[in-house]
Amino acid sequence: MNGAHLLAVPLADYIGLSTVLLFIGVAGVVVRRNPLIMLMSIELMWNAANLAFLAFARAWLNNAGHIFAFLVITVAAAEAAIGLAIVVVVFHRAKFVDVDDVTLMKG
Amino acid sequence: MIVFWLLALALVASAVFVITAKKPVYSVVGLLANFVALAIMYLTLSAEFLAVIQIIVYSGAILILFVFVIALLSSGVAPFTLGPDRLPVAAAGGTIAAVLALALVVFGIAQRPPQITPIAGGAPPGPVGAAGAFGSVADFGNALFTTNLLPFEITALILMVAVIGVILLAGDSGPSIRQRLLRGRREPIVKDPDFEAAVRRGERPAERTP
Repeated sequence: MNGAHLLAVPLADYIGLSTVLLFIGVAGVVVRRNPLIMLMSIELMWNAANLAFLAFARAWLNNAGHIFAFLVITVAAAEAAIGLAIVVVVFHRAKFVDVDDVTLMKG
Repeated sequence: MIVFWLLALALVASAVFVITAKKPVYSVVGLLANFVALAIMYLTLSAEFLAVIQIIVYSGAILILFVFVIALLSSGVAPFTLGPDRLPVAAAGGTIAAVLALALVVFGIAQRPPQITPIAGGAPPGPVGAAGAFGSVADFGNALFTTNLLPFEITALILMVAVIGVILLAGDSGPSIRQRLLRGRREPIVKDPDFEAAVRRGERPAERTP
């Protein structure tokens, strides 16, 4: 194994960055009540997961992480489309988009 | 090394900007910066196909979708968020949890686990754009369409379900699409002047039941 196979930065740094981005996304979902910004925070979390996948794939030189990241991007796109459609529907019904007021599915 | 830390700084700064921005449009701009920085980060991880996909799908498709929805919703009268802020109750616990999580991250990074040795047998890493190198388009496509063909087709199914779901959700709220097509025109949008006036005064009128 020569040096070209190894990462330039320790893997832990990538995972740490991924964790920080994930928690920023979590904070966005918890703190903000604008559903659009909550959806964007969810996108941040998807991306953090993708970064971890790709860092591990590069560290092990294994393609599986790339495939997983591809699937994650697909699911993120589907989630964004459906989430935004729900936001539009709720807005048209209730005239307000404050997520605390959306209790239609409350048990 | 330098590239990683510059990108990390850009990623964290833009992510914080996304969740702290007052208006969703500013968040979209921050998210765009985040996605671009992440694409460059993917390039440094020799995942060139994913970097391109990141730009096309996220910056191209998803962000445009966000911008469209913001434009659509902001044309109405209602502001986005109103009502009392219930957050301060949870702020203390959230702060403690955030500090603990940050301590955990710092601890994990400080541990410095040994460098992982790659599994032999895969495509060798090479400069970005080199044919046959690890993470090149050919390498990725080979993996996607041979060993991972079933997940790829499930992906197509997921996208189709999403498209149908979006059409069902956003496409119709009154008479059915079929009836509307048969009639050949859309229902006019019913405006409620009393409601809009109340919103402009800053009140929160009860939800109308159609």
